[in-house]
Amino acid sequence: MGLDRRVFFKLLGVTGLTLAIGKESVATPKGKDEVEFFGILYDSTRCVGCRTCEYECAAAHGLPEPSSEIEAVRKTDETCNTVVNTFQTEKGEVYVKRQCMHCNEPACDAACLTQAMHKNKTGPVTWDGDKCMGCRYCMISCPFDMPKFEFHSSNPKIQKCDMCFDRQKTGEMPVCVTNCPNEALFYGKRRDLIKEARRRIYEQPELYVDYIYGEHDAGGTGWLYLSPVPFEELGMNTTLQNSSYPALTKGFLYSVPSVDLLLPPLLLGIYAATKNKQPKEEENE
Amino acid sequence: MNNSVYSVTKVKEHKFNWQFLFNELKPKGKWLTPFNIISIPIILLGLALIVYRFIFGIGSITNLTQEVPWGLWIGFDVVTGVAFAGGAYVVTFMVYILNMKNYHSIVRVTVLNGFLAYAFYTGALLLDLGRPWHVINPMIGNSFGTSSVLFLVAWHFVLYMLAELIEFSPAIAEWLGSRRAHKILSGMTIGAVIFGITLSTLHQSGLGALYLMAKDKIHPLWYSEFIPVMFLVSSIFAGLSMVIFEGSISRKVFFNRISEKNEKAQKGIVRGLSKICAVAMFAYLVLQFVVFIHGRNWGYLNSPMGYWFLVEMIGFVLLPMMLFFYSYRRGNILMIRIAAILTMVGVVLNRLNVTVIGFRWDLPVHYVPSWMEIVVTLAVIFTEIWIFRWVINRMPVLGDSPAWVSEEK
Repeated sequence: MGLDRRVFFKLLGVTGLTLAIGKESVATPKGKDEVEFFGILYDSTRCVGCRTCEYECAAAHGLPEPSSEIEAVRKTDETCNTVVNTFQTEKGEVYVKRQCMHCNEPACDAACLTQAMHKNKTGPVTWDGDKCMGCRYCMISCPFDMPKFEFHSSNPKIQKCDMCFDRQKTGEMPVCVTNCPNEALFYGKRRDLIKEARRRIYEQPELYVDYIYGEHDAGGTGWLYLSPVPFEELGMNTTLQNSSYPALTKGFLYSVPSVDLLLPPLLLGIYAATKNKQPKEEENE
Repeated sequence: MNNSVYSVTKVKEHKFNWQFLFNELKPKGKWLTPFNIISIPIILLGLALIVYRFIFGIGSITNLTQEVPWGLWIGFDVVTGVAFAGGAYVVTFMVYILNMKNYHSIVRVTVLNGFLAYAFYTGALLLDLGRPWHVINPMIGNSFGTSSVLFLVAWHFVLYMLAELIEFSPAIAEWLGSRRAHKILSGMTIGAVIFGITLSTLHQSGLGALYLMAKDKIHPLWYSEFIPVMFLVSSIFAGLSMVIFEGSISRKVFFNRISEKNEKAQKGIVRGLSKICAVAMFAYLVLQFVVFIHGRNWGYLNSPMGYWFLVEMIGFVLLPMMLFFYSYRRGNILMIRIAAILTMVGVVLNRLNVTVIGFRWDLPVHYVPSWMEIVVTLAVIFTEIWIFRWVINRMPVLGDSPAWVSEEK
């Protein structure tokens, strides 16, 4: 036995120290330069339905100018990244701007097998045409049905709001925010937007319903909504789950390496066990 | 009649002969068969439509919309087709892993069927991709989307096709009379089988897992977190029913290619497969029932979609299951074949219910495939049958291997 009492105490001391110090160093935050998600707060009580954002968005993204005729309820499509719809409610006309929600954990990003759909560190979910193979699995997965596909093109692209990612990189705000005449759109860090939304609801409880759409819906989204009427009256899906959509496939994805590693030895074992028992081919007919 | 083939192989055992290959490429037999008369115009029309699609976009010949971006080509060609190709992994498991040698005579034809199914459905997938020139991206490593189910499915697909090709390759070596290659390739079979079964388990279930994120879009009677397990279990009887069905066609069409010994074994094999189908279907029904109870889905039953669900479960799972049991005990081969066809209809219904019919069932305007989508699908299936027929008529698939193979052992 090479372990006497002195060595034992020394080891004990070293172990204790390592546990104490080691634990402390693990517990420190990862570094202060971590980037926070940016997002946009949309306050439908301030929106006047002028559709300036639609025109500016189309111009900034090289898309055709929106038609001046307004149908009842429009959806975004491959030629327009955002629409403002009008709803008749007991509180009068309410306008709602719709576009990609830029989820915290986007289903489209998790679905994409080439990482063409990508959640950037600062928040915007963008599409990369050099990687995309046009499988449209992002469209199947998105709970908001936001990625749109150019079905009538031989070189089709996926179209959706990119939160003006290129402008954001140069420090500018998205075009819809800059051009909104009535400050219905408010750009900032997502954390600050939630604080601001809470403040507005708290200060004017008679004006707003007490709900921030996008705070938890689909696991949290980059766009946050305030409304004077319940959100289901504005055509928003309020039955979405509060956990993120990629979480739905986690169980399956985690099982893949285990099956890939465990099944072959099992099969090999069964093979070895049955190998020598060789009945004649004609016997069992 | 096999003598003629043997003599050809004998001659060219000594040196590889391009003349032989050229002769084999030529069609054999009559041209104006009913199958050719139907399939040739459809394949030509399909080709024309494919050219049109690549010029004017996917929307020019399909009825796909922004809400329903995957239609018949994915729901039927890929998802259903792969389920039917499941016979290959089940049969190779039985024959090579469990050493059930009495099923040996159906291995080659099943693996060939599976391999061609995969090759053609991946081909069909290319038609559905908007930017197919980037199809290689998830393979070459510049953009691995490892969190994607589709990424895993793609990789398991490609590797499985390789495994099936290796499993089938001894037949190619026998056709070419290449003894050395035959020896090497035969030695790789067991490895390919183990690899192949593992890959199949994951991509059969993976095709179901693709739809897990579409939680709010699929009718609750067909959506549950167990879709992957359901897809895996149903691929067992889907694949075996296909084997039974294909066997009943082959013995009529290719009777001159089937050896006497294999013809005799056929009845026992069909009976055995029918028992396996029945048991797998029983397990599947229990699973469906548990998920149904667990999901508290009673409320949905009294609706059009609910009746449709009952039609699928009772008419095309329970009924063929009982038929399989009954006719297995009676040894009634005709009834087994009927049960196999019913089962196949049931699998088509199930896959389409998840991917097309139950997908966005709540939309005011439903997706219905255009006639052009159907023609392209038929063209893909017919082309596959052409290749299948070409291989069966040349290589030792249904019949016995050439004499030198057993000498070698």
